[in-house]
Amino acid sequence: MTRHFSTFSVIREGLKGHTGWAPLWRSPAPKDAYDIIIVGGGGHGLATAYYLAKNHGLKNIAVIEKGWLGGGNTGRNTTVIRSNYFYPESTALYDLSVRLYEGLSKDINYNVMFSQRGMMVLAHSDAEMEMAARTVNAMQLGGADAELLDARAVQKKAPVLNFRDDARYPIHGAIFQGRGGTGRHDAVAWGYARAADRLGVDIIQNCEVSGFLIEGGVCKGVETSQGLIKAGRVGVATAGHSSDLAAMGGYKLPLHSYALQAFVTEAIKPFMDTVAFSPMTGSYFSQSDKGGLVIGGGLDRIPSYGQRGNVPVQETVLSGIIDMAPALAKVKLLRHWAGIVDVSPDSSPLIGPSGTDGIFINCGWGTGGFKAIPAGGYLFAHLLATGTHHDISRPFDPDRFQTGHLIDEASGSGIAH
Amino acid sequence: MQQFPCPFCGLRDEREFHFAGEAGKPRPDTTQPISDADWAKYLFYCANAKGASHEVWVHTTCQEYFVMTRDTVTMAVLGTHALHEVPA
Repeated sequence: MTRHFSTFSVIREGLKGHTGWAPLWRSPAPKDAYDIIIVGGGGHGLATAYYLAKNHGLKNIAVIEKGWLGGGNTGRNTTVIRSNYFYPESTALYDLSVRLYEGLSKDINYNVMFSQRGMMVLAHSDAEMEMAARTVNAMQLGGADAELLDARAVQKKAPVLNFRDDARYPIHGAIFQGRGGTGRHDAVAWGYARAADRLGVDIIQNCEVSGFLIEGGVCKGVETSQGLIKAGRVGVATAGHSSDLAAMGGYKLPLHSYALQAFVTEAIKPFMDTVAFSPMTGSYFSQSDKGGLVIGGGLDRIPSYGQRGNVPVQETVLSGIIDMAPALAKVKLLRHWAGIVDVSPDSSPLIGPSGTDGIFINCGWGTGGFKAIPAGGYLFAHLLATGTHHDISRPFDPDRFQTGHLIDEASGSGIAH
Repeated sequence: MQQFPCPFCGLRDEREFHFAGEAGKPRPDTTQPISDADWAKYLFYCANAKGASHEVWVHTTCQEYFVMTRDTVTMAVLGTHALHEVPA
């Protein structure tokens, strides 16, 4: 059986008719007990399992997923990777993620197709240009790369954007992060799953958690559709459904769940080779390798768990896209969908103890969970293995809602989630 | 577009309505000392229920606040009543 991907193994398997490839991961029956159980087989859960095994040498780990791997937000997002935040705590967190993404394909021997095509946040007035300069300075101070582009530089990078004289939102410039870009979302889930599996992690799909085994106020395991599984520690990484798990585990979270919609158009010729985001309309787009334009926008207006779209937000997002790039007005949509994201009051994630002993949480990533998968997994693994925070995750403990040390990126960087 | 029933105006377009927060969350008694934990609970924490959820909404065109019970999965409206009314 061939497990490792290399030029040599591809040639060798090609000569043998590709009959010797090993499955990417096993599908074991759950054991009676694990040292650590991770609930949620999305990017964050799988990355956590991988780093637990790789960085902390733990072997007896299971990831439990109610559906299939990456079937939630990991497979539904618009694949943008960036670290253009305002506060130093955020830059430390998200830039760790970008750095891990930069080495990820090699690290897990799986091509996650991280394409550092850059990301532009447009500025539409002189006042916005001043705020853009402030963000660029903050990012550079935090150690991330950032560049302030004037209108001419934006037009050179993306001539398809709206530079007409009658533009509703004229382009004055942009914040540009050249190390940002897009990745292949399914590959991130599959690659982490495969790498974790090779280090001995049990990945159990179609196994829904229905409750927690709590003894004397301490969580000792999880009740699942495949029976009771005991655990030393449980990590919950279930994004939009975190509050549902919280109700089962007897703790509360400061989260609202919203649908976030995304769109893909028919494939067209190469149109734009970077990511462009307009904070005025909340809409953004990039072009996939296949040629389709991947379009995203703001959150729905109403908390919901319904994984489907609705007309008012569609109108806002798509009219914003046409305002940004009028040439797209006649391009047809192929697909449209929604995922459920969990939004915290300060638009920053929650990593820490849940409030019920033995259960730890990794949630609240809002609309930006995909870009944070490697860092979320890395830091959550540290917390689960050691019981204490990594320096980078410490500011994101849920205790900030009592101490008042909020990391308010909604106002800091103007990012919606 | 979905339509929501305002208890005062009847069925209206969803874009006329604004979600204000979860119902049944009284402000702590500020004449007494309040712990940080209680303030945090009031300000930030919520049930975020999957399924039936009791919520305060405002109909922006008539500016009346009211309670709406909604299924957060199917988006079906299960009932609305004015803030001062107690549901049967």
